[in-house]
Amino acid sequence: MGDRENVIKISHLRFKRGDRVIFKDINISIPKGKISAIMGPSGSGKTTLLKMIGGQLSPDAGSVSVEGTVVHDLSRKALFSLRKKMGMLFQSGALFSDMSVFQNVAFPLQVNTSLNAEMIRDIVLLKLQAVGLRGASHLMPSELSGGMARRVALARAIALDPEIVMYDEPFAGQDPIGMGVLVTLIKKLNQALGHTSVIVSHDIQETLSIADYIFIIADGEMLASGTAEQIKNSSSEKVQQFIHGHPDGPVPFHYPAIDLMQQIMVGDTGDHREWGH
Amino acid sequence: MIQVIIGSGGINTMLDFLALIGRQFLSKIAGFGRASFILFYALFAWPQPKNFPLVITQLYNVGVKSLLIIAVSGLFIGMVLGLQGYTILVDFGSEQSVGQMVALSLVRELAPVVTGLLFAGRAGSALTAEIGLMKATEQLASLEMIGVDPLRRIVAPRLWAGFISMPILSMIFAIVGVYGGALVSIEWLGVYSGAFWSVMQDSVDFYDDVLNGIIKAVVFGIVVTWVAIYQGLESIPTSEGISQSTTRTVVYSSLMILGLDFVLTVLMFGDI
Repeated sequence: MGDRENVIKISHLRFKRGDRVIFKDINISIPKGKISAIMGPSGSGKTTLLKMIGGQLSPDAGSVSVEGTVVHDLSRKALFSLRKKMGMLFQSGALFSDMSVFQNVAFPLQVNTSLNAEMIRDIVLLKLQAVGLRGASHLMPSELSGGMARRVALARAIALDPEIVMYDEPFAGQDPIGMGVLVTLIKKLNQALGHTSVIVSHDIQETLSIADYIFIIADGEMLASGTAEQIKNSSSEKVQQFIHGHPDGPVPFHYPAIDLMQQIMVGDTGDHREWGH
Repeated sequence: MIQVIIGSGGINTMLDFLALIGRQFLSKIAGFGRASFILFYALFAWPQPKNFPLVITQLYNVGVKSLLIIAVSGLFIGMVLGLQGYTILVDFGSEQSVGQMVALSLVRELAPVVTGLLFAGRAGSALTAEIGLMKATEQLASLEMIGVDPLRRIVAPRLWAGFISMPILSMIFAIVGVYGGALVSIEWLGVYSGAFWSVMQDSVDFYDDVLNGIIKAVVFGIVVTWVAIYQGLESIPTSEGISQSTTRTVVYSSLMILGLDFVLTVLMFGDI
């Protein structure tokens, strides 16, 4: 990938949650101004990785650095100021339920800038226009559809013109039109605003269609990385199973169990919690 | 118990059992540490004037919305006290003292304790559920990512609203209760109203009774709000987890109110 400029650098990352090892040894460099996608099966720790970039979690070993500063070494105050350069689109949208659409988008501007009310209003309207929801500014989050809520959340994530925008499963649970709208929006915003985009997703086709670089994590390790083309042509069986969605392969369909015939003969349910008593 | 354990599983089970107790104990201590951090951090976050409107909103949510249940309960408890007190005191020919009995039981004990219990059920459970849902819907995480500290923005205004509203609610409970007692005793049972009020006035002392009652209410307010907010922040972000935390808020804060009430009563009135 040459001598590109990396804005996020993750090296030798190790992380455990309880007894479960999430990351064994992860190395990722995310290039500036591009769309990078982190992909992997459910439970592979993709969202955890975003939380580490945002400094909401600290690694057990290794380091996560953003623009040359190690995120988890920062003081609380410095961390909060670094986060102003980051926008994050949460999977649930995470709109503040007691504020209208307008107030939600205005909120980061009100707390982080000293702009006057008119300037904030103009910026909010422009951001809502960019996601096509200027007409919905008076609605409350409970009145929005899932796709609209995510677009409002996107407008809020880019309200401060961040240098990095992180998307946590942006396509999950969207209808085909909503999905198409989001794919186009992410691409267009990235081109227009020039920020670095990091997408975490397991929606293969959508992600492959817009990502410049792709990193696939599985079992706590980096399975593959490269451009969409390189990933599609990968010789790894695991990668092929993942991108084509084959139900069985190196990642087994069956949860580990004893032999079926044996279990039927023994008459054991396999559920050793006492049920039915 | 120990014999059963050693008998059935040997020394390893015994060690596992001890390890389990140790782990539980350590996690409780760690939890208490986190809770204390939340309390102190949120309290030190108070002096920001820009957060003042948030406190007002929460005072409405926590305090004003609890007003009806507190007033109605106060009225009924006062009326029951008047009735019960009269039926006992009339045997001794001292039914005029029913005012004293109603006022002292309310001001010293029932107003802070019952208000605390109702407050835990009405406002505490709502606080836990609200914060738990904010956590589950990633609103707290999203505040952090916007660069706003949820402890200042979400937790501190709610803590202060609880601290402020609980003593006021308790006073309202006592006042409504006294009127409930008067209603039953004077209007219904025919106690002479002059005697009812003057005996009450003579016997209730501002420092010994009213102030001690308010101190109790302040303590219970801190306990309920603190437990509620901690349980909300620590809740497991699923529907089951939030329901468990909400239940825990009501159970823990009710038990703490009753336990602390005994301790405070011993400290305040125990030297008679």
